[in-house]
Amino acid sequence: MPSTLNEHIVTSYEDELTNLNKSISEMGGMVEQAITEGAMALLKLDHSQAQDVRQFDKKIDEMQQRINDAAVSIIARRQPMAADLRMVVTAIQVANDLERTGDMAKQLAKRAMQLENLGLAPKFYNGVKHMKDLVARQMQAALDAYLTRDSKAAIEVCNHDDEVDAIYNSLFRELLTYMMEDPRNITQCTHLLFCAKSLERVGDHATNIAEAAYYLETGLHLGADEQQRQPR
Amino acid sequence: MSLESVSATSSNPIPNAPPKMTGDKVGVFYGEKQALFDVDLKIVANQVTSLIGPSGCGKSTFLRSLNRMNDTIDGCRVIGKISLDTDDIYDPSIDVVELRARVGMVFQKPNPFPKSIFENVAYGPRIHGITKSKAEMDELVHSSLRRAGLWNEVKDRLNEPGTGLSGGQQQRLCIARAIATKPEVLLMDEPCSALDPIATAVIEELIDELRENFTIVIVTHSMQQAARVSQKTAFFHLGKLIEEGKTEDIFTNPRNKQTQDYITGRIG
Repeated sequence: MPSTLNEHIVTSYEDELTNLNKSISEMGGMVEQAITEGAMALLKLDHSQAQDVRQFDKKIDEMQQRINDAAVSIIARRQPMAADLRMVVTAIQVANDLERTGDMAKQLAKRAMQLENLGLAPKFYNGVKHMKDLVARQMQAALDAYLTRDSKAAIEVCNHDDEVDAIYNSLFRELLTYMMEDPRNITQCTHLLFCAKSLERVGDHATNIAEAAYYLETGLHLGADEQQRQPR
Repeated sequence: MSLESVSATSSNPIPNAPPKMTGDKVGVFYGEKQALFDVDLKIVANQVTSLIGPSGCGKSTFLRSLNRMNDTIDGCRVIGKISLDTDDIYDPSIDVVELRARVGMVFQKPNPFPKSIFENVAYGPRIHGITKSKAEMDELVHSSLRRAGLWNEVKDRLNEPGTGLSGGQQQRLCIARAIATKPEVLLMDEPCSALDPIATAVIEELIDELRENFTIVIVTHSMQQAARVSQKTAFFHLGKLIEEGKTEDIFTNPRNKQTQDYITGRIG
């Protein structure tokens, strides 16, 4: 099914779909910013930045509600069909994944505030930083795939999810090692374990968005089946 | 529960059952002008097939070919083969009047005869000699009106003129009239375009019930109606059949760009 679409005859309909897409793009940008700042607040134990991230999350939640309302309105008034229908439905799904990702970023900021008096040695946070960089790249790639309707790029994101899981598992073992070395490390490392789990969830949300991108473009579902994941 | 069973109906066709009607390389000419090119289409029994497409695409022309209503148009010529079960309906041995009792038609504008409600429904069976007694005729008229969802509204005034009914009622009277001859196939050419939304909903409910016993082919300008009532959809454009398939596939993920453009309201 060719992805390039001509314009709607009814301009206002075309505008509504364009604006819905723009809203997803905007929300994606906000969430990417939240992940970056949440991680930075954690790594620097910056209380004030952490507060900002928590406040910012409210704006992300409002964005999701606006996207949901716009999607429902389009369905009621326009009865979208085919790719338009898939676009509206996946916009609701993607906004949900982005909102959950925003919550994960907020979790990182909360941990920053809890760790404030304990300090955080670089050897502890390097693994988390590395994992954050990876999932941030995954999220960006997934959003790009969705906004440009690139099914091949979507498959790539899904294929890289194994890497995220591998890094999470390795980080988990590393943090356990520090805790076993010295009980004084336990509090910090436990907080970081939760952060790693939050980042692993962000990776899953990125995969969900990539799957939505694939469905939007092809009308088919990307299965766990290896064959389906080979780029065509 | 699989999605298959969610969309299954009580009158699921037997897999691989032969089609009720088949169009095989059907072409139609109005004089020198060719209006329909090379149409291959199978009409599945006990299902609703909708024909969609922009004005002038040939969908009504194709519909009329299915019961040889095009014969009534001067200069109209049909090539290719159209079969009802295994019979070629354009074979010279076919009685076209009998064909139209087997393949009935309901038109866009309700057109009851200038007769009573009862006589509107009785006329067809009478001229085809379907019933042998008055009691049988009464039963046939009553059951046709019941099946058309009109009985409760007219049972006390069967002798009143059919033209005295509302638009929606008149259309249901026309449906009762069409099914009274016990057709196998019902052709409907935009049956709801002259009706209000409630009357339309009543007819759509009726179509859903009728397909237990009939095969239905409907031409409609409303994509939403085609999406609601039919199991199979065929998209026509400029005299050609562009794409056909399961209705839910056509409207969620059509294979052809022209189909997508049409159903989403885009300029091709």
